[in-house]
Amino acid sequence: MRTYHQLTDPDRSGLPGQIGAQRQRVAERLAGVRRIVAVMSGKGGVGKSYVTANVARALARAHKPVGVLDADLNGPTIPRLLEASPSAQAPAIGLDGVKCISMGQFLDEGAPLAFRGPEAESFVWRGAMEASALREFLGDVEWGELDLLLLDLPPGMQRYIELCDILGNPPAVLTVTIPTPESRDAVRRAMRAAVERGSALLGIVENMVGREFVGTAADDLAQEFGAPVLARIPWHPAPGTWNELSARL
Amino acid sequence: MKFLCVECDQQMAFGERQLPGDGTLAATFKCPKCGRVVAMLTNPMETQLVSSLGVEIGGRTVPAEPFEMVRANVVTGGPAWSNDAQERLSRVPSFVRGMVKKIYADYAKERGITEITPTIMDTARAELGLEGM
Repeated sequence: MRTYHQLTDPDRSGLPGQIGAQRQRVAERLAGVRRIVAVMSGKGGVGKSYVTANVARALARAHKPVGVLDADLNGPTIPRLLEASPSAQAPAIGLDGVKCISMGQFLDEGAPLAFRGPEAESFVWRGAMEASALREFLGDVEWGELDLLLLDLPPGMQRYIELCDILGNPPAVLTVTIPTPESRDAVRRAMRAAVERGSALLGIVENMVGREFVGTAADDLAQEFGAPVLARIPWHPAPGTWNELSARL
Repeated sequence: MKFLCVECDQQMAFGERQLPGDGTLAATFKCPKCGRVVAMLTNPMETQLVSSLGVEIGGRTVPAEPFEMVRANVVTGGPAWSNDAQERLSRVPSFVRGMVKKIYADYAKERGITEITPTIMDTARAELGLEGM
């Protein structure tokens, strides 16, 4: 009996062709985007979205067109940080003219992300559903010409891996950590995964520096991965902090 | 996935797709040599998995709308669309599909209808004079 790859007649479903068309749509949408940078950390609560929003605003103030894709589908915060309209306009326009897209624009106020579908074994298809949402955010937003598209990732590595698959090429990575050894250990795993996937490491931002969180996470990671420490952000950053950081990207 | 008629050693060709409205899917495949027809029946979870990928068994008849998956599947305060209602909506020309969808959604919302089905669409069409939509 012949096997799958031995059957070469064209079929009407053309599923590989449909997937290919999806990827082509993403590539065409992002053709005007000069750089794509994923803001990531293996650790939650270190301020990725905060850093993302403020870097984007600083670039926009410097007259560089910039967009933010909120890839944290289950905990979207970018619309609030950028004070973007909660409407499903795509892209929404936030503070200083930053373009953005977020699941927060599609969800009712305070509602968790939920998909229609059979509840039993929903874990089987929910991941695919989230990856498709991410693909639509990349491929269906009229980004236009952008100097930089920042991808604000949730904690963990899953979304980064999905992005690599959808984009075809791994995005450059900006890593955010807090000073503690616990954060360092989690972020190390994320950076290692990024290196293994072929992402360029732009550098490390150490956030929430100077109070309760004590440690040398940024320096440790910089030495281990040969990536620069781009900024150490205190609890109350000076006005020029974000301009300086954005200029180093 | 592909289907092989073992007796004829022929790849079977897609015939038709049906969405009965209970979350399942039926698709038929026919052997071009002997004419034998088989049906592939998927359960709701399998149907949902394929749908999650943004692809359609049998091929797309119309191009995907922007945010098609998100708008159709993310739960919001608006009415849900049954699979067969979605299928029917997909046959509306894309340039008016958004408007037609909103008309049906508004109709359901005004009447407290939580799920739009082909029956609801028929009723709305008759009441609102939407022949052809």
